Amino acid sequence: MVKSILPLVLTGAATRKRGKTLIGPVDLTVGAKGFTIVIGPNGSGKTSFLQLMHGLGRVSKGGVRWNVSQAEAQRQQAYVFQTPIMMRRRVVDCIAYPLLLTGTGRKAARARAAEWATRLGLGEALDRPATVLSGGEKQKLALARALIRKPEILFLDEPCANLDGRATREIETILLEAYRAGTRIVMATHDMGQAKRLSTEIAFLYKGMIHEYGSAETFFSAPKTHEAQAFLRGDILE
Amino acid sequence: MNDILQGLSAAFRLIITFDGELAEITLRSFQVTLSAVAIGSLLGLPFGAWLAVNRFRMRRYTIAVLNALMGLPPVVVGLFVYILFSRSGPFGVLGLLFTPTVMIIAQVIIITPLIASIAHQAIRELWAEYHDLLLSLNTTKRQRIMTLIWDGRRALLTAALAGFGRAIGEVGAIMIVGGNIDHATRVLTTAIALETGKGDFALALGLGFILIGLAIVLNLAIHILSRTEQGGRW
Repeated sequence: MVKSILPLVLTGAATRKRGKTLIGPVDLTVGAKGFTIVIGPNGSGKTSFLQLMHGLGRVSKGGVRWNVSQAEAQRQQAYVFQTPIMMRRRVVDCIAYPLLLTGTGRKAARARAAEWATRLGLGEALDRPATVLSGGEKQKLALARALIRKPEILFLDEPCANLDGRATREIETILLEAYRAGTRIVMATHDMGQAKRLSTEIAFLYKGMIHEYGSAETFFSAPKTHEAQAFLRGDILE
Repeated sequence: MNDILQGLSAAFRLIITFDGELAEITLRSFQVTLSAVAIGSLLGLPFGAWLAVNRFRMRRYTIAVLNALMGLPPVVVGLFVYILFSRSGPFGVLGLLFTPTVMIIAQVIIITPLIASIAHQAIRELWAEYHDLLLSLNTTKRQRIMTLIWDGRRALLTAALAGFGRAIGEVGAIMIVGGNIDHATRVLTTAIALETGKGDFALALGLGFILIGLAIVLNLAIHILSRTEQGGRW
């Protein structure tokens, strides 16, 4: 059995940029199982929080520690950006790209990429340039690219922003499948319906601080902090 | 005006009669320039990409110097190369002075900064776009550079073509290091300089038109082959 990279432990972790604290200090343990949804008003630091955990944001203070070495942990993570980054390649090559990086042969990588593309409903678009895909298709491509390495943990930053209902449902289905197959998911969203549909765990972020972190059921039925109560009521938090 | 017409007819006559000497110097022009572009691209493109993805203390100065080197005066480059390769120079033993090889070396020095600088501009924009993704995917520096060069290949073609444009029309450096020796180092540009000096404007103009024509044909050929500026392509 390969050693799991989880739990992820944040101890007093903080991100600062240009003298302003964006996140933290945060103390948090991301356990081995679960579908965590990160919610919070705009500018509360959802993206910075995800990037801090993933290693894209600099840790200015405190620590972000995985159960294994940093190098090992990086190989087992994937991240889906809010605006999907499309490489100037064909769809199949975009999806195969992460495999090529780890030394898989081009042919084998393309075959697996085609498999994933079909699974996510991009089977028709394999040979099209990635940059001409629609918004929903781009997001699916990004998901396929993230999942192809079979990461232990998947971070998603509002993957359904700007998508219509159908595309959102398709992406949620894929995420739930991945979750059931054992992928740990941490996802930011501002869509409360989506948070309720998907989450087993909620992290409520406000002004760069984690105000609540725990089971989704408890959070939605009995939020502890004032801010969370107000947020759930639909008040505008500034 | 009369001279120009005579030049055109001279060019026409040279091409129609398939002049042997013309073919020889044209081929040498292309041999020298294309070799220089190939070597300059091998050096300049990765260096431009490397500059785009790396952050180091002297980066801004390096880029400023590189941009300044784009305007390197060919005559001065020729002079330096001449001194280096002359009998008493450090590379004199190689006996390369007044050969096409040393002409290639001089042109590589002239066009590499140009290619690197344009490549850097193009790659920098692509890097801004890819930055987060490539970091997230845990790529090595080498993988980043290779990816950016491959995905930016069409923009980089422009860099190589700019290098070609500068090298094919260059006369100062190759005149000094090549010596414009008939059947050995004479190329189109040095021949034009010679014929102008001799007062044979028609022939000089004829050679000039051929030079311009060939440069246009080569550029067009590359654009058609690589299918730039077509819908759905990059």
